[in-house]
Amino acid sequence: MTTVTDDLDRVPPVTPPGRGRSVLQFLRNTWRGLTSMRTALILLFLLALASMPGALLPQWSLNQTRTREYIEANPTWGPIANALGLFEVFASPWYAAIYLSLFLSLVGCLLPRCWDFAKQLRAEPVRTPRNLARMPLHTVHPVDDEPQVVADRVETALRRKHWRVVRRTEPGGVHTVSAEKGYLREVGNLVFHFSLLGLLVAVAIGKLFGYEGSVITRVGAEFCSTNPSQYDNFRPGLTVDGTDMQPFCVDLKTFDAKYSDSGQPLDYSVGLSYQFGSDPATGVNTDHFDPYLLRVNEPLRMNGERLYLLGHGYAPEVQITFPDGQTRTASANFISNDPTLLSSGAIKITDPPGASLQDLTQRQLALRGLFAPTAFLHGEIMTSSYPAATKPGLAVAIYRGDLGLETGRSQSIYSIDENQVSTGKLKELERVNLYIGDTTTLDDGTKITFTGYRQWVSLQTSYDPGQTAALVFAITLLGGLMVSLTIKRRRVWFRVQTSSTVGSSSDGQSSSGGGTRVEVGGLARTDQAGYGSEFSGIAALVYPQGLPVAQDDDLHPQSSSSEHDDDGEER
Amino acid sequence: MAGFSDLAFQAAMAAYVVALICYGIEFAARRAMDPTQLEVASREHRLVRAGAGASEPLPADRPLHGRHIDERDIDDELDDDLDEGPRTQWGPLFGRAAVVLTVIAALVNAASVVTRGIAAGRLPLGNMYEFTSFLCLAATTCWLVVLAKSKERALGFFVMIPVAILAFVAGTVLWIQAGPVQPSLNSYWKWIHVTTVSASGSVLLVSGAASAMYLLRHRFDSKLLVARTDATATARLQASSLSRLPSLAALDKIAYRTAIVAFPVYTFAVIAGALWAEVAWGRYWGWDPKETVAFVSWVFYAGYLHARATSGWRGARAAWINVVGFAAIVFNLFFVNMVITGLHSYAGVG
Repeated sequence: MTTVTDDLDRVPPVTPPGRGRSVLQFLRNTWRGLTSMRTALILLFLLALASMPGALLPQWSLNQTRTREYIEANPTWGPIANALGLFEVFASPWYAAIYLSLFLSLVGCLLPRCWDFAKQLRAEPVRTPRNLARMPLHTVHPVDDEPQVVADRVETALRRKHWRVVRRTEPGGVHTVSAEKGYLREVGNLVFHFSLLGLLVAVAIGKLFGYEGSVITRVGAEFCSTNPSQYDNFRPGLTVDGTDMQPFCVDLKTFDAKYSDSGQPLDYSVGLSYQFGSDPATGVNTDHFDPYLLRVNEPLRMNGERLYLLGHGYAPEVQITFPDGQTRTASANFISNDPTLLSSGAIKITDPPGASLQDLTQRQLALRGLFAPTAFLHGEIMTSSYPAATKPGLAVAIYRGDLGLETGRSQSIYSIDENQVSTGKLKELERVNLYIGDTTTLDDGTKITFTGYRQWVSLQTSYDPGQTAALVFAITLLGGLMVSLTIKRRRVWFRVQTSSTVGSSSDGQSSSGGGTRVEVGGLARTDQAGYGSEFSGIAALVYPQGLPVAQDDDLHPQSSSSEHDDDGEER
Repeated sequence: MAGFSDLAFQAAMAAYVVALICYGIEFAARRAMDPTQLEVASREHRLVRAGAGASEPLPADRPLHGRHIDERDIDDELDDDLDEGPRTQWGPLFGRAAVVLTVIAALVNAASVVTRGIAAGRLPLGNMYEFTSFLCLAATTCWLVVLAKSKERALGFFVMIPVAILAFVAGTVLWIQAGPVQPSLNSYWKWIHVTTVSASGSVLLVSGAASAMYLLRHRFDSKLLVARTDATATARLQASSLSRLPSLAALDKIAYRTAIVAFPVYTFAVIAGALWAEVAWGRYWGWDPKETVAFVSWVFYAGYLHARATSGWRGARAAWINVVGFAAIVFNLFFVNMVITGLHSYAGVG
């Protein structure tokens, strides 16, 4: 405790201007820290780490049933993880905190870089270093022409090759040429990073203004997308209240599924006609429908609204003749997780005719069980041997009593409330296997006939106004990435002087050949790979006709053959 | 046709294993390769800094010069490969046999992939067996290209380890009868998305293997440096098989060059996947487990490329990131397909 006080005492008194400066300094240091590459790297790895629960744990947005089951199976850990947002990783605040910090760091890094790059574009290529022999690439050429002529030749040739060139003269009649190329690398780099920002904005637009809705519709019926209530499941964007959806209607005419002989599905398609652009509610232009064949991988696109075929199934249909002679047709959608489309579900008759309010709860009917498109019996157990409806069979247990709809508990449309069965309120009467046309008679004389089946399809509507922008940014991102990885920022320097002016530092080569000595140095600022062969070509510009082939061996050994090879690898 | 394809794959599998053994024998017989001048210089420099606590800045021209040295060293190593004086003769013999076997394995593997495609009447990338088979083929092809350019045959042993394992897993666990795929996979996007994913994955395998070797070599060099005053310890280290790895500079170069080839292809593959998802599932990105882990791997590789350009992160740290990135890819291929349920779960594991 005392030491802390001592330490505090030792802190020099802070004067007001000093405090102001220290706050500024603190802010500046924070900003520098945030925008440093180290921080960006750490944030990148945090982002990767934080994404992993999204893959490893079930997510509410992907599968609610599995998520609920997971939480129930892990009574201690489940609720904690749920509170932490581990089942909704990509919508959780901590995930947003990471990627927003990352993007802030990115902006902080990009803006100065843009500024620097703009300055570099205006700046001249740097002065020729005194000792070109220190450069990774270096050659010396004896040339017969006057220094002035050689320098002119090199300068013109480099300009023709789109290098940025500057001529300088050094004391003693020494000409130098500095040239630089590959500015596109930085352009690509900046485009790549700005595309990431653009992509984030595009995704955000989709999350704000887009929506998705899914619905199960019978083939033969019509579906209109006018408001969210038309959908079984509607996932609106943050600003979407469903009031300004672009309405459209589809009339599902046919459904066709093709299977291989072994029962593997080959193709699904829905023949439909659709109407878009006018208001189906007001009936304007209702007689104009366009045909479309909706298939997997071939959505119907209507000016931003997209309709997808996601799945399909069977809905067995039964006719019930009640003791008083009244008949009723009932049908329900059955679902399947099985490749043979053996489907399960429940047909419920909640209001049998002739039942008073009092005995309604005694006389409700339910058929729960399986529908087999191609029925196959193992003893009494019905399975399906093929997904197409070649010999439909219905294996159901028939119940009578109280379905429990008034209990307030939510009930699946694909099954009955087991609680009602176990408490005896719903009694199982019999179990039957029926083929089309078969009839079973219940103890009170009610006749149930399996009359056939209908097909249903599950459709999804998607609307994402940010998606075109996302595509554009994805393309610029890829383009920028490729440019920044293939193009090298490279420099070349020529020092041209008469051989006699070369001092004691000459390496002997100068004395051979003509009266002018050209020293060439090259440097690639990021990776030397691939620059070697280009450098040899550039260095050869000192000769009027380019480098004679025989003189290839005289080139500096550092532009080795391995670099020539590498050149190809990176393209 | 399907039978021939399976037979060819088994032959390729056997050839991979034998090639692996030959690489192993050559590797074990290779003469120890000392750390390069640059490596010694940089380590000593670092030790001086660490020991004295005083920072002694490098001369301005040093990085350039360093670059210059390591390029030359690699060339020297190439020369070493050619003069076989101090080495035992059977090492290179097995090495050459390994390369021949690798070529044969790749050809047979290619025949298997092609005939499989003909038998199934579609692109032979419809399930995990076919995907892994193609991955082995592409990784081996990439390795042969790298070998032709870098001449670092010692790396073959470490590239062939994952390839042989993948081939084995494909031939035993993942094998499945040739047949049609489900309707959602019947799209031309499959050609674009799946081939680029597997091609980039295979190049990243070679990159990851090079980085893993880098880490081993890095540890070995550190030990060597610590033991440099102790002659017996140095001799013992020199005798270890790790001393036969290529130099750090060579490994880093291979890892980086393969990574920058693969990264744009992988990026393209992910974008193509998003485009296909828009067509098939109604949204371009839905954080499906496969998409999530693909994103995670992408972030790792982006991190690797950045780390290589960040002081303090070059070298071993960057190599670690590259290795972790490849681990994420493998995780995505096996764990996400076989354990986690998602939209990509139609891998058809037999």
